[in-house]
This record gives sequence, C-alpha cells and structure tokens, in this order.
Amino acid sequence: MSIEPILTIRGLEKSFADNDVLRGIDLDVMPGDCIAILGASGSGKSTFLRCLNFMEIPTGGEITHAGTTIGTARAGKPRHYPETELTQVRQKVGMVFQQFNLFPHMTVLGNVTEGLRTVQRMDKSSAETSARAELTRVGLAEKADEYPSRLSGGQKQRVAIARALALAPDLMLFDEPTSALDPELVGEVLNVIRGIADEGRTMMLVTHEVGFAYHVANRVIFMADGIIQEIGPPEQVLKNPQNARTQAFLARHKQFEF
Amino acid sequence: MDYVWDFGSVYEYRAALWVGLINTLRIFGICLFAGLSLGLAMGLARYSIRRWLRWPAACFIEFFRNTPVLVQIFWFYFAFPILAPFEISALMAAALGITLNSAAFSAEIFRGGIQSIDPGQWEAGRAIGMRYREIMARIILPQAVRRMMPALTNRGIEIFKMTTLASAIAYADLLHQARLIASVNFNPIEAYTVVALAFFVILYPIVRVTYVLERRMAKGD
Amino acid sequence: MYEWDFSAVLDNSDLLWQGLVGTLTITGTALAFGLPLGLLLALSRLSPSRWLAWPAGFVIEFFRTTPPLVQLFWFFFALPILMDIQMTPFLAAAITFSIQSSAFFAEVFRAGIVSIERGQWEAARAIGMQRPQAMRRIILPQAVKRMIPAFTERSIELMKTTTLVATVSYADLLYQANELAQKTFRPIEVFTVTALIYFVVIFGLSLCVQGIERRLAVSGDSTVR
Repeated sequence: MSIEPILTIRGLEKSFADNDVLRGIDLDVMPGDCIAILGASGSGKSTFLRCLNFMEIPTGGEITHAGTTIGTARAGKPRHYPETELTQVRQKVGMVFQQFNLFPHMTVLGNVTEGLRTVQRMDKSSAETSARAELTRVGLAEKADEYPSRLSGGQKQRVAIARALALAPDLMLFDEPTSALDPELVGEVLNVIRGIADEGRTMMLVTHEVGFAYHVANRVIFMADGIIQEIGPPEQVLKNPQNARTQAFLARHKQFEF
Repeated sequence: MDYVWDFGSVYEYRAALWVGLINTLRIFGICLFAGLSLGLAMGLARYSIRRWLRWPAACFIEFFRNTPVLVQIFWFYFAFPILAPFEISALMAAALGITLNSAAFSAEIFRGGIQSIDPGQWEAGRAIGMRYREIMARIILPQAVRRMMPALTNRGIEIFKMTTLASAIAYADLLHQARLIASVNFNPIEAYTVVALAFFVILYPIVRVTYVLERRMAKGD
Repeated sequence: MYEWDFSAVLDNSDLLWQGLVGTLTITGTALAFGLPLGLLLALSRLSPSRWLAWPAGFVIEFFRTTPPLVQLFWFFFALPILMDIQMTPFLAAAITFSIQSSAFFAEVFRAGIVSIERGQWEAARAIGMQRPQAMRRIILPQAVKRMIPAFTERSIELMKTTTLVATVSYADLLYQANELAQKTFRPIEVFTVTALIYFVVIFGLSLCVQGIERRLAVSGDSTVR
C-alpha cells in the first residue's frame, strides 16, 4: 500500500488584479517532508506558502489535503472556498508568520490555548495542559503568564510556534520565521524549528537561511517568476544546481558555509 | 397607520423657508469667518513664547471648549444685554456664542497643525536669517494649513450644524422657519423632514470632500 | 455698574441640582443605548455583505451630517403623528441622542477596528477562527482599548449636546437655569453659575481623558481619534 501525500498541489495559480504571482505549481508533500523554499523577493514563494492554508485564496488549480480536494469547482470560474471548510483545513495546516502576530492582549498561555478553547472547544484544564507541553517543547514553560510585550523577538516567535503546534497540525508552514529577528536571536528559533523537524513532523519553510535549508531540509525548492524552477535534495539543488536562475541566486549567497 | 405625506403645504411656504436659508447662511458665514480668524489668533497666542499671551489664550480655549454652546448662546442673549451698553439681537447673541466656541475648537486645530511641522523647518528659516513672524507666515503656516484642511473642513460642517441653535432664541433661521410653518399648517412631519434633507443635501458633498482629503493625507505627505 | 447678587441662585440651588441630575440622566440613557447601537452599526458597515454595509453607512452619514436639533424636533413633533405614540420630552431626547451618538460611536468603533494590524486577523484565521470569532476574541478587545480616549471625548460631546433638550422642555440643567432666571430676574448670575457647573463637570472629565491618554502613551499603546 502506498503512502498518501498530506498535500497534493496541482496547477496552483494566484493573481492580484492583473499581476500573476503564481503561474501553475505542482507539488506533492509527503509525510515527514521538510521542504525549504528559496527564491528572490517577488518570486512568489511567500504567496505560494500562504495559499496552502488559504491566507490567500488561489485563483486557479487545486489543493488536496489528506485525500479531500478543498473547495467546490465552478464552471468557468475559480473554485469556491466556503469559510467553514477553510477553518477546518487551517486547524490541520499550522502557520508561523514573519511578524509573529501574537495576540498582545493575552498572556503567552492564553495565546497558545486560544485555538484549543475557542475553535476546538476544549475544556480549560486540558487546553492548558497541552499548551504547557508545547511551551516546554519550545523552552518557554516559565514564561506562560507573561504578556507578549515582555518577550524578546526570538521568544515571541517560539510562542507563535507553540501556538501553531498546539492544534496538532499535520503540516507546519513557516513564512520567513527569522527575517524579522535581530541576528543574535535567529539561532534560538532555528534550533526550535530543527527540533520539530527532527521529530519527523511535516513542514514547509520559506527562508533566506541557505545553510539551515541545506542541513535540515530533505527537499529544496527554488522559485522564480511564480513557478518552481528547480526541486530536489539539498545536495543537488544547493551544490550542483542545473537551472541558470538557481545558479545566479546561489552565487549571490556564496557567503553561506554548508 | 397610513400617513398621507403632503409636501405641497410646505412648498406653499417656500418663501419663508428661503428667508430661513438665507439667514442660516448669513450666520454661518459670520461664524465661519470670525471663528476661524479668532481661532488662528488664539492658536498662535497659545503657542506663543510670551506667558501673558499664552495663559489667557489657554483659559479662553479651555473654557469655551468645555461648556455647551447653547449655554453660551443663552448667556449672551439673556445675561449679556444687562451688562452691555447696547442692544443685543438674536443674531448677535447666537453669532457670539457660536464664534467663540468655534474659535476655541479651531485654535486647537491650528496649534496642532503648527506643532506638527518638523522643528527643522524653523531652524532652516532661522538659518537664512528670517524672523519668527516671517517663518510663521512664509514657512510654517502654508505647510500646516494643508495638513489642517480635513480638520478645518470638519469644523466648518460642525459650525453649519450649530447654526440651528440660533432658532432656540427665535432667530429666523431655516429650522425656526420650519417650526413656524409646522405650527401654522400642522404639518411637522413634512416641515422637519424637508429641513433635515436640506441640511443633508448641503453638507454631505462637503463630508465626501473631507474623506477625499483625509485619504490623500494618509497616502502621501 | 452692575451689582452682582448670587443669593437668588444660592437659595434655589436645588433647582439647578435637579437640572444637573436631569442632564446626567439623559446623557447616561443615550450612552447606554448609543454604545451598543454604535457597535452594531460599525460591524454592519464593515460587513462584507452590501445589504448590511449600505444601510448602516446611510444611517451613520445621515445622523452625522444633520443638526441634532433638527433630529430632536423631528422625533418630538413628527414621530408621534407617524407612529401614534405618546411622545414625552424625555423619550424624544432619548431616541434622538441614542441614535445621534451611535452614529458617532460607530465611526469610533470602525476607526479602532481598522487600526488593528492585518497580521492579527491572519493569525486568528490561521488557528481556524471564523470572522465573528476573530472579531470578538482578537480584534475588538484590542480595538476597544485604543478607542477609550475617543469614546470619552465623544461622551463629553454628547453631554454638551444634551443641552438641546431644554428647547423641548425637558428639565435638564439649562432648562432649569432658564426657569430660574425668569423667576428671579437674575439671568447674569444664573447663567454664569450654570456655565461654570458645566465647565467643572466637563473639564473634570476631559482631564480624566488626558490622564488616560498619557497612561496609554506611556505603556506604548497607540490610540485612535
């Protein structure tokens, strides 16, 4: 019996007004995958990731999650995506943002329990038990009662990771999780992400950290002009790129040591 | 119940409404001009380096911002004539109240606008040998007025709405005339509806303009 | 030279106190109905459904751009004919100022809601919340905090506007002052004292607002106008 992909992406398109940002993307995300997405700014890599939990609504193509194709087809028009269906998918596809987006009016614990309590209707004590377990995983158990404004950028991002993990997603999306951080805080966040990858969780991450992609990802995607230019194991894409655009991009990142 | 609307009875008295509209515009014009001019003077005084100018201006602004304009109008209409050596008409009393009130509010707009200009502009003015008065008139105010346009337009709209208060002391403005027509004809529904619509039709286009101004401010500059 | 004589005011001060109570009663009533109605109008205006957004927008714009005194006269003189109800000065004032202030409060709510960063909506949706849940749990609690100064300022404006009820014989502070002035023939003293009472109450409130604003500014939270 073959293993079923978590996500099957076919012909994915997204355009804003008359600007085509994604121009047909195909990808199968298998359980245990850790996929790093590289590309210059404007290549569409963030939009691609944001389409996968419907922060952006695709304007073409299909996304199949755990065997169910999301949305309903309409003749001559893009698929229709009902809000109730999307809220289901988003609970299974967690997302971590560049700007953390913690809820400033809630404590750290409140941030992590919010999805469990409000969306999944879990009772208070069970929600807090699982939230504390996630906070322990990201090394912030002792900060549970602090407000986000009292945390460093690195700590905020780790709370955001715990918030996403709390819903037990089967796929985690990281959208440039370290780009808004001071350089000395990048390491602690990357360590947490690596720990999650080592547990065998499925994840996709958009990043500028080529070295991190090389060591942690099992597949690397290089994107430009809204399509996947090259995909393969990190050894191949990062050390021996075939595509001219990939070569040019990596030449500008030569300062990274593998 | 089914009410039969009859705007004909209002139309018959259109001459009276016309008089009211002219009177409304008259008191509006007076208060807009006098209120903004006095407001600018008060705003400058409030920002002055001289304490003997700053303090009285601050008291004036706070007093008139923090009392209801109708109380001010009543004061000028019922109390002031006893003190004043001359006759006070309803127009004068209402215009005094609305003008002083508007001056206090627009003074704060002028002050905010002037203070929002980067101190570097003052320094640049002084660096080429300009004096306070010249810098204020040639450098600061022209920039500040642009920024203050939305707030000043809003103030103008408020003044226009405020003019209806003059009817409370029997000044023959639009609302007062409508009240007369309603009591003669027993048609308050039509009379007041017409007046409400008149205000909406006059003011709403100006409101739209302030939205455009605000959006343009938010975008650039 | 005019001889000031405040004894007539002092002897009848209970009349003015009753008036102040009347003013506070109508202000409180208008607040109690105006705030929830304002929130409802703001949510409707921000709704993706045009059927809600348009009428709400019209109500807000209409009541913001017509003079409150015209509205008061309309509700006091015209509404009872249309609806066959017993209209009292208090009822007319309560209806007028509830709706009128709700139109202004709606704009305060709206400004607060749209001031919340997009990322907060996205984070809420990313953990599976629907729009109403995100609004209630994430957006509104943050927005309301930013709106506090604008709310208080609007409430002060409301209290000043309630003086209009005197023109339909509701016994607020200004109405009582007018009665007293006619009874005692001492309009200067009566209206001066009345202006001072309003000043003390309203200036006291605006000092509180400034204090709150300063506290919020210190804690680094932004506010909206």
